[in-house]
Amino acid sequence: MIYWNSFADFVHMGGYGLYVWGSFGVTALVLVVEPILVARRRKNTIALLKRQLRAETRTAERSPNA
Amino acid sequence: MTDRFNLYRFASPATFYPLAGKMIPWFAAAAVIFGLAGLWLGMLVAPTDFQQGEGYRIIFIHVPASWMSMFIYLVMAFWAAIGLAFNTRLSGMMTQALAPTGALMAFLSLWTGAFWGKPMWGAWWVWDARLTSELILLFLYIGFLALTAAIDDARRADKAGALLLLVGVVNVPIIYFSVKWWNTLHQGSSVNFTKSSMAETMLWGMLLMALCFWMYAIAVALARARVIMLERERHTDWARAELSGKEA
Repeated sequence: MIYWNSFADFVHMGGYGLYVWGSFGVTALVLVVEPILVARRRKNTIALLKRQLRAETRTAERSPNA
Repeated sequence: MTDRFNLYRFASPATFYPLAGKMIPWFAAAAVIFGLAGLWLGMLVAPTDFQQGEGYRIIFIHVPASWMSMFIYLVMAFWAAIGLAFNTRLSGMMTQALAPTGALMAFLSLWTGAFWGKPMWGAWWVWDARLTSELILLFLYIGFLALTAAIDDARRADKAGALLLLVGVVNVPIIYFSVKWWNTLHQGSSVNFTKSSMAETMLWGMLLMALCFWMYAIAVALARARVIMLERERHTDWARAELSGKEA
């Protein structure tokens, strides 16, 4: 079922190791980093918007007629 | 009022936001499952290619990334047209959410293409019709992001961006048909609807990887859309409720 005879064969990729793993490595990096960046942006955005919301609520409480 | 199913309801961020939140884990899980199945078939089971040796295995990410780079652009152009025609709030958020992922897909298409071209053609890059038009697609994504970032008012940024997207959409068929219209170094398509030049395991590996990229793009774009929605709708009742309901 498995095409490769050994793990070394798999890594070597019939001499194309650099090209195959250079492609897969960068692709894997991008597909891992992008969701992390989105999650971080979400965290920062929520924290910022909450601070703003709290500040607005406090201002509104202090001067109810404003 | 009727109880009929109303599609327009989903165009409202207040409805879309929680719905997207529920869907993201499913798309993410589907991406992982399709990805593992595709890698298993493509990298471990599929036989070697009689012409390109093991170097052909780059196809399992090169083709899905290239397809997604074009498809995401078409989806963005669709949202741009909807936004210009009906002035919907959601469309600008969707184009903003999709653009970074589309740009990354175009980058991956070019990067994996370079790593494939070097051993097969002897060059990382050639000014071939297919490669050049894909590079223009990457520039269109970057141009869209730069243009919309340069305009402070979100609604005006959306409109300017939408125009750029609609003008640039002409590039997508040029990429797709470039290998037919011009004499290019790039090989023709390996798959079409009637016959395929690939072995069955190779074809299935590639289709599974394409599904993986598709599910990934949906999951990450929905996640980004949710953040953009909170940013843009922060003064609305639903966003305030969402923000005050969460722990600090």
